[in-house]
Amino acid sequence: MNRVKYTHSAETMKLNSDKIEQLRQLKQEIMELEGYIPQKGQQTDSRLQLGPLHEAFPGRAFPLAANHEFISHNSSEAASTQGFLAVILGMLMQKGGFCLWLGTCPQVFPPALKCFGLAPERVLFVNVPREKDLLWTLEQALSCEALVAVVGEMRELGFSESQRLQLAVERSRVTGFLHRHQPRSLHALACATRWKLAPLPSTVPAGMPGMGWPAWKVSLLKARNGKPGHWQLQWDGEGFQELFHQQSQKIVQNRKNYA
Amino acid sequence: MPKRFLSLWFSHLITDRLAIRYPELRGKPFVLAGNERGRAVVQASSREAYARGIRPGKAVADARAIFPDIQVYADKPGWSKRLLHRLAGWCLQYTPLPAADPPSGLMLDISGCPHLWGGESAYLQALVSALESKGYHVRAAIADTIGAAWALARYGEQACIAGKGMQREALLPLPPAALRLEARTLEGLDKLGFRQIEQFIDLPAATLRRRFGEELLFRLGQALGEEEEAFQPVLPRVPYEEQLPCLEPIRTARGIEIALRKLLDRLCQRLIREGKGLRKAVFKGLRVDGKTVEISIGTGRASHNPEHLFRLFSLKIPSLEPALGIELFYLEGLMVEKVQLPQEQLWHRSGDPAAVAELVDRIGTRLGSGHMQRYLPEERHWPEHSVRPACSLDEKPDTDWPDSVRPMHLLSVPEPISVMVPLPDYPPLHFKHQGKLVRVARADGPERIEQEWWLQTGPPRDYYCVEDTEGGRYWLFRLGLYGKGKPQWFLHGYFS
Repeated sequence: MNRVKYTHSAETMKLNSDKIEQLRQLKQEIMELEGYIPQKGQQTDSRLQLGPLHEAFPGRAFPLAANHEFISHNSSEAASTQGFLAVILGMLMQKGGFCLWLGTCPQVFPPALKCFGLAPERVLFVNVPREKDLLWTLEQALSCEALVAVVGEMRELGFSESQRLQLAVERSRVTGFLHRHQPRSLHALACATRWKLAPLPSTVPAGMPGMGWPAWKVSLLKARNGKPGHWQLQWDGEGFQELFHQQSQKIVQNRKNYA
Repeated sequence: MPKRFLSLWFSHLITDRLAIRYPELRGKPFVLAGNERGRAVVQASSREAYARGIRPGKAVADARAIFPDIQVYADKPGWSKRLLHRLAGWCLQYTPLPAADPPSGLMLDISGCPHLWGGESAYLQALVSALESKGYHVRAAIADTIGAAWALARYGEQACIAGKGMQREALLPLPPAALRLEARTLEGLDKLGFRQIEQFIDLPAATLRRRFGEELLFRLGQALGEEEEAFQPVLPRVPYEEQLPCLEPIRTARGIEIALRKLLDRLCQRLIREGKGLRKAVFKGLRVDGKTVEISIGTGRASHNPEHLFRLFSLKIPSLEPALGIELFYLEGLMVEKVQLPQEQLWHRSGDPAAVAELVDRIGTRLGSGHMQRYLPEERHWPEHSVRPACSLDEKPDTDWPDSVRPMHLLSVPEPISVMVPLPDYPPLHFKHQGKLVRVARADGPERIEQEWWLQTGPPRDYYCVEDTEGGRYWLFRLGLYGKGKPQWFLHGYFS
């Protein structure tokens, strides 16, 4: 009796391990479909060189066939977000192609994109005069397989609307960046990540005048299947460098002094 | 059915055309000259110059000796031929079969047309006066054969009409040159004293053939209508247009879509055959109540893809009001261009330009054109003028993008700020923008951008990049210089 029971439990364990394996495979497939990891047969994308940011994503791969949400509250943050987006677009468009940048009012000054490694003439700017046309245009753009990436700047976006955009992206495998400027509420969206960028004081060698490279505090607030985090990054015209800020330490010290 | 031909002869074709284009030349002697064997030779002379004895073929130097103030313009080869083709196209309103007759004439097959104008003389008068009112000096004649009409237009009386079968009588008093003979034959005839056609027209054919060859008899036969003569009319351009009549008035959107699909398929088949594509098209519906409703589309790149064009139209179908029903559908290509065939791709490039162009068209149709732009650099000083919109998806930048730093967000109108500056030419210590005080921690500059002196004059702008204590970066400028008037400060953009 006892023996029989023993074999039975061995079988259940085997069954369980089969199920675990199946579940793991299913998870893998879902992640592939949702664009979090590259599909089988495709190599990992070597275009994106995001440095320390890679650690936050499943399989060290930035989700490409997905939507990413960016949030900014004032003009400086918006400009930082646009700079960060320009860097990512520039990396994605190393092999040519077009990307689309759309919003309700003209925001980006094209010559600035060059400093971030993005050729300004390969960006199509769409200025949508009416708010209600924005979602239609965004969905059309995200469903166009010939584009590399689409940036949409808006104020508000509903959850069901973001689901619709996610469906479009899954079909076309275009990367979408939704930049919400001064949103009224920070509700959840069907996006792979949520980012927030803020400018940081630039660093220059001690005693030198002038301004340094653009530096940002990059906050990954949400990352599906990944690990959110905060980084202090500097763009030096070629790549990202992590700043181990002496200044931030200084600020902490100052606080100590005052407190 | 017996044929009738009308020959038009423009005695000063190109010079008349020039005088029409530039009215100040009207009534003045001028010539067109081209280079022949290293010297300038008159190719065409105006009526006034001709009257002074300046004929085509004369050296320009001789013409200047005759008339020192004569104006000389450069001649373009092939000009008269193109002009004749255009005039032949214009004559399509008088006959369906006009032909160019280089170097300086037109030949119209007018069989069955003149009665619409009330007879041949009225027809001829209408055509000649229409051309004369444009400014051309023109002579015309009507006869049964091409040869006779040609001869009468050039050597007969003004507005000469040879009746049916009367070309022989009409030709008799004309000189032999009226038969379109070669110079050598004409010389031979002249040597023998034949000054008029009637002197040799009755001579036996064998004699004429022995002396002057086959050509004279052939030309004579053509003029008299005994020999066939080829006639090559210009073909009118068939407009890119299709129509679809309906048995019953169409009132539903579905019905309109079917009609549109049918018309697009037909038009696109023709466009594909000719290697062309639509840039602008209009789709019209003639309603039962006699009104016309229409929708139009434009594309950024010539397209003959019915699926794509249908999608562009389908965005606007809801704005068509069928009312009681549409009886007849029209599809018209207003602007047709050559399609750029996709180049064979040697290496993989992400992004099919045609698919992007189709997306651009769809968005442009929905939002209205001008809302979708691609920018190219322009060589202008001031930042707000340093970009221009590109005309098409294929246009490449013709200069490099500037290397100097530019802000990510440029304010369309610079906003005035109040500043505190320690010294002239120094960046501000702090500035106040919309009531908010910003303390400057770091600064770069100045970068002086001058006015474009060829457009306007005024003080230059000195740009500074400044960073506040939180890391926000701004682009400020000072209009004017300290010491010369009162300079003003502005905020012009935000850096990333």
